[in-house]
Amino acid sequence: MQFPDNLKYTKDHEWVKIDGATGTIGITEYAQGELGDVVFVELPKPGTVVGQGKTFGTIEAVKAVSDLYAPLSGEVIEVNPALAANPETVNKDPYGAGWMVKVRMTQASEAGALLDSAAYRALIGK
Amino acid sequence: MKQTAFNAIHRALGAKMVEFGGFEMPVQYRGIMEEHAAVRTGVGVFDVSHMGEFEVRGPGALSYLQRVTVNDVSKLSDGKVQYSAMPNDRGGIVDDLLVYHCGDRYMLVVNAANIAKDFAWLKSQLPADAELRDISDSLSLLAVQGPKSRETLQTLTDVPLTDIPYYHFRRGTIAGHEAVISRTGYTGELGFELYIDSSEHTGKEVWDAVFAAGAKHGIRPVGLGARDTLRLEMGFMLYGNDIDDTTTTLQAGLGWITKPAKGDFIAKAVVEREKANGVPRRLVGLTLPEKNIARHGYPIVEGDKEVGVVTSGTFSPTLQRSVAMGYVPPAMSPVGSVVSVLIRGKAVPATVAALPFVKGTATQ
Repeated sequence: MQFPDNLKYTKDHEWVKIDGATGTIGITEYAQGELGDVVFVELPKPGTVVGQGKTFGTIEAVKAVSDLYAPLSGEVIEVNPALAANPETVNKDPYGAGWMVKVRMTQASEAGALLDSAAYRALIGK
Repeated sequence: MKQTAFNAIHRALGAKMVEFGGFEMPVQYRGIMEEHAAVRTGVGVFDVSHMGEFEVRGPGALSYLQRVTVNDVSKLSDGKVQYSAMPNDRGGIVDDLLVYHCGDRYMLVVNAANIAKDFAWLKSQLPADAELRDISDSLSLLAVQGPKSRETLQTLTDVPLTDIPYYHFRRGTIAGHEAVISRTGYTGELGFELYIDSSEHTGKEVWDAVFAAGAKHGIRPVGLGARDTLRLEMGFMLYGNDIDDTTTTLQAGLGWITKPAKGDFIAKAVVEREKANGVPRRLVGLTLPEKNIARHGYPIVEGDKEVGVVTSGTFSPTLQRSVAMGYVPPAMSPVGSVVSVLIRGKAVPATVAALPFVKGTATQ
């Protein structure tokens, strides 16, 4: 199982890739594996303001539904258009084509509260 | 937690294991969607050894089974199988089950989670001239299901499988091991269930032979996850979800297995009353326009009022849409009626649909 070092993680199994003021958000390989086949991802519209640790969407898999929690506060500037027709992309490529939203970060200091790859691995015992 | 004879095989295949009905069972191997598709288009194999089996013998066996089940057991002859339900004294369902007529005795196949409850109930109703025995631990059960199941299994047995009609069985051998070969299943597809002895040795030999024979058809092991999506597309009941001790067979749409004309049986008066006065609620199929899944326990509402409940729901891999079953008031039960399901606080419209949602090859 892969947990790239250039990403930050939450205890709720989201990842975020920080490029300047933009954060790209998805769920981890561990999370997609635990959920199983994803059939629907409900995401906010661009312009929506999300808060760190607050729900920003839901993910439906065949066996379970789960909330998605924002790793960082900010405004949604882009939503992955591919997930509406092909939600299984989250299973196949969770860190790449399966990304969910891009957020313009409003609180750069919040990143300090996130986990690095090693801490996330320790959390899930992998 | 109990294990089946195939536990080591499931682990070696990398299955995700979960507790189900007191057993450690595979919920999926590579993914529900892929396993579902294998059964609808090719062939898949399920370890369903967690199911319970009871044997009923003795001169009073038939009249006993007539009293404790709702279907007409006198219609069975050697080699036939019947879907039925055991009513409790309030007309609720103790369990749904299969009844096999095995010549000098009957075999009942019950849900894993209910083995102890069913046995205690059946024992409490047992007359002096019938015997009841729990033979669950002596049998393994593999379900081989899908349009290619007959071709796959025919290479492993001398029994002409085209001669076994739906809901019939034959005794024979599979890969050299004695088996009851039953044309039954929980998927809606052409399929067979193989009752074999519960040794790990027999299990492994039969499993390996079936997978070798099915290789050219893309045979796959299938877990409980796809077993649920497959049965739900067919509108088949899952005990504990769609039916339980408080639901009657008529409420659940199981009037077709409820035969009051056969004579007396437990809670027959409840059946007659519901036939005369109508049922207070009815289990229906539902399709949803959105991809949110309406899950077990979600309320069905009319305005602010809860009028029903979702009993099972999933994303149908075949239809690529959200489907469910649930109880609604009779006035909302006609096909085409629109009801509201409360999905995580949001009212979503759902349309009452005819069951099954999907047509299978089971009777072909």
